[in-house]
Amino acid sequence: MKLTEKEVRYVAGLANLTLSEAEVPKLVANLDEILAHMDRLSEINTTGVEPMAQVLYAADDLASLREDTPRPTLGSEAALANAPLSGPGYFKVPLVIER
Amino acid sequence: MSIDIASLTISGIQSALRAKEYSAEELAKAALAFAERENPSTNAYLMLSPERALTAARAVDAQLAAGKDPGPLAGVPIAVKDVILTKGLRTTCGSKLLEKFIPPYDATAVIRLEAAGGVVIGKTNCDEFAMGSSNENSAYGPVRNPVALDRVPGGSSGGSAAVVAQGTAVVSLGSDTGGSIRQPASFCGIVGVTPTYGRVSRYGLVAFASSLDHIGPFARNVRDAATLLEVTAGRDVQDSTAAAAPVPHYADSMNDGVKGMKLGVPKEYFQDSTGETAELILAGIEKLRAAGAEIHEISLPATQYAIDCYYVLSTAEASSNLARYDGVRYTFRSEHSNTLSEMYRNTRGEGFGAEVKRRIMLGTYVLSHGYFDAYYLKSQKVRAMVTRDFTTAFETLDAILAPVSPFPAFKLGEKVDDPMQMYLSDIYTVTGSLAGIPCMSVPCGKTRENLPVGLQILCNHFEEPRMFCIAQAFEEISH
Repeated sequence: MKLTEKEVRYVAGLANLTLSEAEVPKLVANLDEILAHMDRLSEINTTGVEPMAQVLYAADDLASLREDTPRPTLGSEAALANAPLSGPGYFKVPLVIER
Repeated sequence: MSIDIASLTISGIQSALRAKEYSAEELAKAALAFAERENPSTNAYLMLSPERALTAARAVDAQLAAGKDPGPLAGVPIAVKDVILTKGLRTTCGSKLLEKFIPPYDATAVIRLEAAGGVVIGKTNCDEFAMGSSNENSAYGPVRNPVALDRVPGGSSGGSAAVVAQGTAVVSLGSDTGGSIRQPASFCGIVGVTPTYGRVSRYGLVAFASSLDHIGPFARNVRDAATLLEVTAGRDVQDSTAAAAPVPHYADSMNDGVKGMKLGVPKEYFQDSTGETAELILAGIEKLRAAGAEIHEISLPATQYAIDCYYVLSTAEASSNLARYDGVRYTFRSEHSNTLSEMYRNTRGEGFGAEVKRRIMLGTYVLSHGYFDAYYLKSQKVRAMVTRDFTTAFETLDAILAPVSPFPAFKLGEKVDDPMQMYLSDIYTVTGSLAGIPCMSVPCGKTRENLPVGLQILCNHFEEPRMFCIAQAFEEISH
């Protein structure tokens, strides 16, 4: 397969990632090589195999549940402490809807 | 008074504190001074934490003075990988994007090791967001391997491995998603443990690929690694994937020996090893045979597809996990943006390094319309096959032995321009990560260039006691 610059720009859009003009051709080459290697996956017969989304082992069905008791939360001051821009109790962001 | 920091062990510190050879505070001060002096050669610490360390050490001294037991890690100087949150202590994840991030809470593993008397002396360098196999992807510069300064320490937990190998910490915490503890442990000649998935809570571990992420210990001997794991492991209401299974007292069965144990050696793990690595591993296996273990050659056929499967799944999960770094909550925001969507894109474009961008792109691609079935879904099925290979093998075997890496530590810069070659350094470690089984690296001799090689021991879910027993026996017969 051969990845195009147009595809790389499209995927960057999906990922919300600004790429510089120099980054695009480099990513085309890198991703092309990596995906070509990954295409080996089509060689292996997976008929009848259930997809595995997480590690499973024998355990009580309810083992991961906890008592539903109220606990203190982080609080808005601590939660906002790392925000680049915030107001009292909220995050500030640039213009969302242009008039 | 001078303390030989570089050769301390957990048990040695416990007896010295009780014999009043030194106090925990004196030890912490000596360890901090030693780390400060030695660190420029490796760049393994991103930051030392004297205030936090001295507070913890003084608390240990006060407990000892009052006749109380401060816990199994009393006074032990411990380093923590900079992807693990420490309340009030900057945590960068090796990223420029989090240069100013001060976590509002501690990771569960950190809370537990401090509750056991451990003294956090600093945060260690790592590949950005734990993505890398050489520690060259850190925004704060690469880490050099203390064993050979022109070589990489491995990655992504390169700093946590280097501080233990160099002796500037007694033990450390790292994280492993596809080999990020075992590979640096092997490259630096120390012990590194990836426990069963869920054995240690991931609460406060900055997420890379949630179905594969583990926290685990580094140490200079098997016993110290087991102690740190034992303290940090166990159920946690903050992480629903943290296993409820009781945590065994690992020391109880550690000296049981390997006599009569059935150990498998999978042929697929010897196909890409450079001659010398394979020779050293096979010689190590012979020592276990001589100690009474039965050695069986086995085949784990899905192994050859594990690397592709791993990079599909881990990048897919990463592309979603890293969506949160959008300029709203986490310190860094691009200054050159007029609208919200521009701010998202530019913050990420300016904040992330090349490897992180590459993985976000790859992960987004394999999840995108038209490719999901061929890559993501296919890989989830291959993951099930890799796991089945192991569970089938463990029906008749006690453990599996293999190299950790096909080659010893490589030179800085050697693979940096070739991402695919870098990814292939993980071929023998991603398998255990995909299956979520416990696996570890123990030192297994050195090459003619004096570079350490690690033997990998893999066991079935929650069989850490058996894994430590084999590792302990191997450590004793190797000496």
